[in-house]
Amino acid sequence: MLSRRDFVQLAAATAAILPAGWTRALAQQRLTQADLLKFDSIGNVTLVHVADIHGQLIPVHFREPSVNIGVGEVKGLVPHLTGKALLDRYKIPAGSAAAHALTFENFAALGKTYGKLGGLDRVSTIVKSIRAERGDRTVFLDGGDTWTNSYTALQSKGQDMIDCMSILKPDAMTGHWEFTLGEKRVKEITEKLGFPFLAQNIRDNEWNEPVFESTAYVERGGVKIAIIGQAFPYTPIANPRWMIPKWSFGIREEDLQANVEKARKAGASLVVLLSHNGFDVDRKLASRVRGIDVILTAHTHDALPDVVKAGKTLLVASGSHGKFVSRLDLEVRNGEIKDFRFKLIPVFSDAIASDPEMNARIRQHREPHEKMLREKIGTAQTLIYRRGNFNGTLDDVICDALIAERDAEIALSPGFRWGNSLLPGQDITREDIYNATAISYPNVYRMQMTGARIKEILEDVADNLFNPDPYYQQGGDMVRVGGLSYTIDINRKIGERISNLVLIRKGQKLDPVKEYTVSGWASVNEGTEGPAIWDVVTSHIKKKGAVAPRESANVKVVGV
Amino acid sequence: MKLNFDRRQVLVLGAGCALTGLVGVDFASAQGKNDINEVIGKFTGGKAPTMGRVKLDVPEIAENGNTVPMTVSVESPMTAQNYVQEVLIVADGNPRSGVATFHFGPSTGIAEANTRIRLASTQNVTAIAKMNDGSFFSTTKEVKVTIGGCGG
Amino acid sequence: MAEAKPRIKLDKKEAKKGDIIEVKALVSHIMETGQRKDREGKVIPRKILNKFTCTVNGKEVFSADFEPAVSANPYIQFKFKAEESGPVVLTWIDDDGSKIVGEDSIKVS
Repeated sequence: MLSRRDFVQLAAATAAILPAGWTRALAQQRLTQADLLKFDSIGNVTLVHVADIHGQLIPVHFREPSVNIGVGEVKGLVPHLTGKALLDRYKIPAGSAAAHALTFENFAALGKTYGKLGGLDRVSTIVKSIRAERGDRTVFLDGGDTWTNSYTALQSKGQDMIDCMSILKPDAMTGHWEFTLGEKRVKEITEKLGFPFLAQNIRDNEWNEPVFESTAYVERGGVKIAIIGQAFPYTPIANPRWMIPKWSFGIREEDLQANVEKARKAGASLVVLLSHNGFDVDRKLASRVRGIDVILTAHTHDALPDVVKAGKTLLVASGSHGKFVSRLDLEVRNGEIKDFRFKLIPVFSDAIASDPEMNARIRQHREPHEKMLREKIGTAQTLIYRRGNFNGTLDDVICDALIAERDAEIALSPGFRWGNSLLPGQDITREDIYNATAISYPNVYRMQMTGARIKEILEDVADNLFNPDPYYQQGGDMVRVGGLSYTIDINRKIGERISNLVLIRKGQKLDPVKEYTVSGWASVNEGTEGPAIWDVVTSHIKKKGAVAPRESANVKVVGV
Repeated sequence: MKLNFDRRQVLVLGAGCALTGLVGVDFASAQGKNDINEVIGKFTGGKAPTMGRVKLDVPEIAENGNTVPMTVSVESPMTAQNYVQEVLIVADGNPRSGVATFHFGPSTGIAEANTRIRLASTQNVTAIAKMNDGSFFSTTKEVKVTIGGCGG
Repeated sequence: MAEAKPRIKLDKKEAKKGDIIEVKALVSHIMETGQRKDREGKVIPRKILNKFTCTVNGKEVFSADFEPAVSANPYIQFKFKAEESGPVVLTWIDDDGSKIVGEDSIKVS
């Protein structure tokens, strides 16, 4: 397929790992906007998709996971290939720009070579360029997790992202973390958004009636397109239910089937699901719900350089943090996709020009806070990153902070998949700490838990990740632990996966009946008390000056 | 930065990584034997139901064990000659298995009912339909009642 | 317990003979399971709405028996076939014998 060949060509052009010093200049010379955007257009419809930007207005380093295990039927399938296995699967040369965008391999060195990815001003350049070329064939869709998780998003309750995204004029969006702004704010925003916020799977839990529109219809290139929105089905479980007490979510497969049939009856020739289910959930969905042509996936942050076919349905995975823009050209005739071409465009921020209009809007939102955000708190001596099924050095730093600052024996940190990476030697700024922690329920609790309770929590979260039925997966990573080591057998059932829990500082097995002092953050319970996580982490890093987390060996994984 | 908290302050009520649920459920989990077999036996008179014709729409994972939405529907023309008489809903992980029984007739038009139920823990919910000709059909679905999530 | 007025929604108020009408109803009730204990360790006695009936123009179209596993403030949603005009009466019966009654109506042509 042409798209992949393009990507591979690009990869080959930048394949060499060059001597330090002049690498960056050379890499930049070879990496051009024209190459990155090059696309032999076909057909009458172009879908452009971004998802999981998580409030990131400016370019970032974001290391993709080294561990991303698939269980059951999806074992060994994309997106559960990482590093070299992923590169081999798509024939991408190691050390290339594409390899850097898609994998963790040699991340620190290649990060210096190729620079940061993302930035909404660069995304804007790409979207405007595609619109200029494809005109009224273009549909631009935002898969959600857009309005939260940076300082400016937190303090403006998503307004910075809403104002900036409005320049891109999305045709529709759906959501997940958006709901952590609370019901009132979400309603207030969506009423004046100017484009539909779609969620076919949210009903009010009083009268069992839809809260949001399910479907938006647009006509592009003479094709009537139905866009159906699917919000993250487990929002009230993974995030605080008390913030959206009147809304009930769920996968609602039968409602979706009914909405697809309704769209076809209304004359739609192309049915697109704008989903925040997570990739494996969408793959299963595609095998069970009839009549969906394309699923634009999100939530699990997978970036795939090609579409995945599930029956007749095309699945697109556009990555996270603004690192990629997906472009899918479709030839739609007689209510069917006759041909398609795809490209996952990596947003190399040194190669792609900044769009002045978006840049001005971003600056306007950042300017009042810029000085505070740039304040140096400490230094990263080793690579700091979050993604991975069990741990990441970023959460190791957070767990250390929880234990030290709250005098706890054990720390628990949520398995979020967002949070930027820092290269060795990079300053840790106040902004970096917010980018790892900015949520609307940030209180750090300190409480007593029995050993049995701690095991129960680990078992429960492990089942959200490793239940062989994707419909029971919630799409986060495993809760991170500090002060504790354990063994996990991913193939066992809930209650039997976790064993060998050891309190590290005493070298003792966890006693099921004994109580331990546990500190953690992001509790979904209302009224959780304690300081904000960013203050706890800031205080800890200030005291340390430099942090140098190493790859943790506290979780032993068996059954892979 | 000054932190205005006592670093050893202990939160008495509350939280885990993302703990929800169980603490507040109105039921205890089934301790000892749930009476599901007796209740089903009484309803069917000992006849074995056939799998099928009954659809049970429950969430895969409950948002709140105190109020889990449940819809049951049964394929039937619902005519005077051929209709669903009753549907029994039972759950095997509550202290007692009984949940509800719905009574239909030809004038119901469509054999479908929706209510909200309490589930003390992860368990199977079963719906058994009794047809006017004395035959029985059933289906079972598992609902997971979780204590936490760290998704995102 | 029988003081709260039930809330009832019919998806159609006027229908043709043979149309399917959807009914939704909510009523305030604690639905005490009889399995919880108070602070002194005494079992809180069961108190639930155990029976629900819907009649249209005096004829029963749907009914339900509820066990303690039905949630507090019970919600019920069901359908019936429009045959004749008349009052749509919903009745819930409490363990203590008291009744909660709500009424709507339908016009069938």
